[in-house]
Amino acid sequence: MNIIIVGLSHKTAPIEIREKLSFPAQTIGEPLNRLCTSYGINEGIIISTCNRVEILAVTRDIDKGLWQIKKFLSDYHNIALEELDEHLYSYTSEDAVKHIFRVSSGLDSMVIGEPQILGQVKDAYGYSLQHRTAGVIMNKLFHKTFSVAKRIRTETKIGSSAVSISYAAVELAKKIFGTLEGKIVMLIGAGEMAELAAKHLLSNGVQEILVANRTYERAIEMAKGFNGTPIMFREFTHYLKKVDIVITSTAAPRFIIHPEEIEEVIKERKNRSMFFIDISVPRNIDPLINNIDNIYLYNVDDLQGVVEANLKERVKEAKEAETIIDDEMGKFYRWVKSLDVVPTIVALKKKLEHIRRGEVEKALSGMNGLQEKDIQLIEAMTKAVINKIVHAPVTHLKKEANKVEGDFYIEATRRLFDLDKEEDELTKKVEES
Amino acid sequence: MNITFFYITVTLYLSATFISIAYLILHNDKIIGVANKTILIGFAFHTLTVISRWVEAGRAPFANLHEVFSLFSWMLVVIYLLIHIRYRLTALGAFVAPFAFLLLITASLLPKEIIPLAPSLVSYWLPIHVGLAFLGNAFFAMCFLFGIMYLIQERYLKSKKVGGLYFLLPSLNILDEISYKCLTFGFPLLTLAMFTGAIWAEYTWGSYWSWEPRQIWSLITWFLYAALIHGRLTVGWRGRKAAIYSIISFLILIGSFVIIKLYAWGAHAVFK
Repeated sequence: MNIIIVGLSHKTAPIEIREKLSFPAQTIGEPLNRLCTSYGINEGIIISTCNRVEILAVTRDIDKGLWQIKKFLSDYHNIALEELDEHLYSYTSEDAVKHIFRVSSGLDSMVIGEPQILGQVKDAYGYSLQHRTAGVIMNKLFHKTFSVAKRIRTETKIGSSAVSISYAAVELAKKIFGTLEGKIVMLIGAGEMAELAAKHLLSNGVQEILVANRTYERAIEMAKGFNGTPIMFREFTHYLKKVDIVITSTAAPRFIIHPEEIEEVIKERKNRSMFFIDISVPRNIDPLINNIDNIYLYNVDDLQGVVEANLKERVKEAKEAETIIDDEMGKFYRWVKSLDVVPTIVALKKKLEHIRRGEVEKALSGMNGLQEKDIQLIEAMTKAVINKIVHAPVTHLKKEANKVEGDFYIEATRRLFDLDKEEDELTKKVEES
Repeated sequence: MNITFFYITVTLYLSATFISIAYLILHNDKIIGVANKTILIGFAFHTLTVISRWVEAGRAPFANLHEVFSLFSWMLVVIYLLIHIRYRLTALGAFVAPFAFLLLITASLLPKEIIPLAPSLVSYWLPIHVGLAFLGNAFFAMCFLFGIMYLIQERYLKSKKVGGLYFLLPSLNILDEISYKCLTFGFPLLTLAMFTGAIWAEYTWGSYWSWEPRQIWSLITWFLYAALIHGRLTVGWRGRKAAIYSIISFLILIGSFVIIKLYAWGAHAVFK
């Protein structure tokens, strides 16, 4: 059995193509069923997000399988295959497993390491369960995929640094203050990004948020959203000395915070650090305040710079994630290979032969005065019993292996006779003898 | 035997230094785990070095500069381990390992023979006085290291170019806090060392204070750190200013120590 993937992503196809080929979640059942009733496709899953479409399938014949999926894509969306082909990539066997591991861990995403994709893959798997298009191999593949993604998240720092401006602000605040507990934030002006940053700060343990706005009513309204305290705009400078983090996003055309007053404030605070985040354009805070000791000022561009540095750091972590993926891929594919019918039949016969020989030896050692002829008879008799027992299952396995449920029969055989556990030991023993 | 243990320790600290450098480049937490373990094993051998030296010499091991540097390095690692248990700062080992190694490599260049103690120094006061002084100075050394880490992290945050060590170093607040804690441990220890030294001097030479160079420099160091504690407690010195101050103070401390040893001035010159 082989795992194959045909897909396209933001790396290979422009949005115009991607939107044409997407599969809405509400109606995913129909294409799933159509895919899996294509000739030679045993199992199928469709992952469709705004950045990618991935069609995974289990097939016996790789080339035919790939062709079937491409034909399915082209037929279903009514696009000529020639037009489509240049945007499609395909992976088979080990490479396919590796690809799905990489996609789910966010290594193939536009923003490396982003966590949403894992949720989308989980959803896609859920649809295939719902519509019964995932079988033994896909089930195992996806469970493995989720555990690999989890392992990468815990063993590397791929998702740990902030890649949005508002999270970058929180991260910087933590690098300055350590913990944000007990810290007080002042939000001056109403901007979407500023409010978002304030929300993130709040969920990271900030004690209180003061809200200042030119129109006091607006301040009251905003304060409600954060459980904060509204203050009069013209009085905000009086509060500065008790505030640790200041976020400005007013429409003021000139600076509203100046170095002279901040020098006073920091003296009154006995040099306890202050973090200023200026999200407004034109800027609200005189950049000179960054020169004062224990004052840190970041504007939008600075935050963007931090985000880019974090992305570079993620690329570094991604390399480590790749080694985890290679490791897990090898393990998984050894299991897939074991699902082939021939090795299963060999293993089954080997196991039964091992049992037979063991029992015969045990019995013979308790019998005295047997002649060579008798021993041969016993051997022949036990062999015949084993062959008769094994005949029907082997015939059925060979027949079913080429059908949709083939993997199920093979997996069942391996489990019923414990072939996976003991195969290694047995091979060893047989080799020794 | 102590020399064998000594070189095993040097090798382990050197390995820890290299592993730490790999960590600083690759940012992999597994690597710093290995470095921390290497330091720990190095510390075990270091402890054996100190004990075996003590036993073989039949006296506390700080009669010559080789012993002094080795013991100082040992105390620094003790303090590092205490901070590590309390705060779990991943990057700290990467700064301590090279420092401990440098102290030991200095010790390795100095004469290593076991020499008898000058008769005037044979006393129960010796280990107490010198032990306190060393432990105090080791805390100041840690204070110095945290000052350096603070300045590095502060530079990243001020310049707004995050990268490299920025990701590995802890927050400014933690760096400042631990630096201050080291100061609050180091300063009383230094004070006690000066008291015990004075009492001992009274016993042996019949005077508490004799204005010899080592005493004068200890007093200067004491005033430096007293000023830093005062500044932190009342004026609100913190962060960058305190970091720079603690770095300069430690450099003066080390400088005066080395100069006095080199010129062998005064009563403390009996330590060869």
